[in-house]
Amino acid sequence: MSFILHWLKNQLADLGRIFTMFTDAVRWSVIPPLRIKNCIKQMEFVGVKSFSIVMFTGIFTGAVLALHGYETFSIINMETMVGGTVAVAMAREMGPVLASIMVVARAGSAMAAELGTMRVTEQIDALVTMSINPVKYLVVPRLIAGITMMPILASIFSLTGFAGSYFVGVKLLGINSGLFMANVTDIVKLEDYTHGMVKAVVFGLLLTLIACFHGFNARGGAEGVGKATNKAVVSGCVAIVVADYFLSALMFG
Amino acid sequence: MIRIVNLKKSFGNQEVLKGVNLTIQTGSINVILGRSGAGKSVLIKHIIGLLKPDSGEIYIDDVEITQLDDREMNKIRERFSMLFQEGALFDSITVWDNVAFPLRERLNLPKSEIDTRVAKGIKDVELTGMEHKLPAELSGGMKKRVALARALVTNPKIVLFDEPTAGLDPITENSIRDLIMRLHKTQKSTYVMISHNIEFTMKIADKIALLFDGKIIAEGTPDELFSSDNAAMAHYMNGNKTG
Repeated sequence: MSFILHWLKNQLADLGRIFTMFTDAVRWSVIPPLRIKNCIKQMEFVGVKSFSIVMFTGIFTGAVLALHGYETFSIINMETMVGGTVAVAMAREMGPVLASIMVVARAGSAMAAELGTMRVTEQIDALVTMSINPVKYLVVPRLIAGITMMPILASIFSLTGFAGSYFVGVKLLGINSGLFMANVTDIVKLEDYTHGMVKAVVFGLLLTLIACFHGFNARGGAEGVGKATNKAVVSGCVAIVVADYFLSALMFG
Repeated sequence: MIRIVNLKKSFGNQEVLKGVNLTIQTGSINVILGRSGAGKSVLIKHIIGLLKPDSGEIYIDDVEITQLDDREMNKIRERFSMLFQEGALFDSITVWDNVAFPLRERLNLPKSEIDTRVAKGIKDVELTGMEHKLPAELSGGMKKRVALARALVTNPKIVLFDEPTAGLDPITENSIRDLIMRLHKTQKSTYVMISHNIEFTMKIADKIALLFDGKIIAEGTPDELFSSDNAAMAHYMNGNKTG
């Protein structure tokens, strides 16, 4: 029991510190200079460099959804529903959630490792001694990159996922192309997409904030950096799934 | 002038600084000597505001800094530079960019002025030709030289050196020492160094403070402290744990 209380206390303390880092970052983001070059560099790292992995996983996620959807819908002779179902799933859930998890694995882990290494090699202290606020210099550009790039990546995931489902459903399983697309336009609403984008923005913020937090608080050399990276990936994924439930309940419930 | 009054700092149950009192005169080379783990790094991190003390005061030119907020402390830090033990070079940017970094970020200088000062800084530490290398491509001694160039390029009034020759071979150690002495002659800044290297300290220091068991137990010029009748220094040199 005391172990659980201790764990809970640590988690709450971490939550408080993450929130403090967030408010700090918000404050520093409006104080000049804006460090646009740093932001663009991070946007390239989070967005452009995640493009191929998000596209690739999107295609196969859509393909496998079409495969299972076809099997299930064929029981009631409604195979043409596959397109609409996959499109809704992609726009509402799969795009934002899976694209974010891919970005946690690729960019979040790298951020935590980079900042963790900077912490244990005193590079962050060096910034402080130069009168440069490390939250402004290191965290703010990463948060901006997460918030701006994640909706684009989620859209790419949804689009390529739909393309994958179209290929499997229409080209491999022989669903009529016209009916496949007609169901998409019938079922999918604009708000499915816009709500998905709201989720993507929140996930982009969460994953970068958590990665920065764990990197910033890395201690004790290479082992500490490893632990920070591990925590960033695990807690980033958990935070995305938990936030997804609450956002879904709020927007679609 | 830097004045430290009854500075105390603990980490958990471990009391690292137990009431340090120290005065550092402007324009001199001061070495804080002490065994590994004596709290030397903790002490200089307090001087630049990287750590907050549990109690005590630190005055930088009569401004008490321990209670300052971040913005006020950043103003004070503009007078400082610090050379970290492992260099703390930014590993994703080149030697040139590392040296130029504090100029670009701290001072509002035109590019031509920055280029001139960076080129001079790199020349001073005898690393001309290495400008486009990344820190990972340099040896330990070269990294220290780049860190030294970065620390001095803004012409700071106070420079803190955390074990400037730790882990270096004797030849590189001598060249770093000569370099620091040569640069001090031209810049006339206040240098505060921490070291456990007695030979290095004797050659470079104007004044030495001996930190032992969380307190300054002896202060003076090298001649005063290394005279045969100084008991505290004799204890340190003989490795006596009682101080």
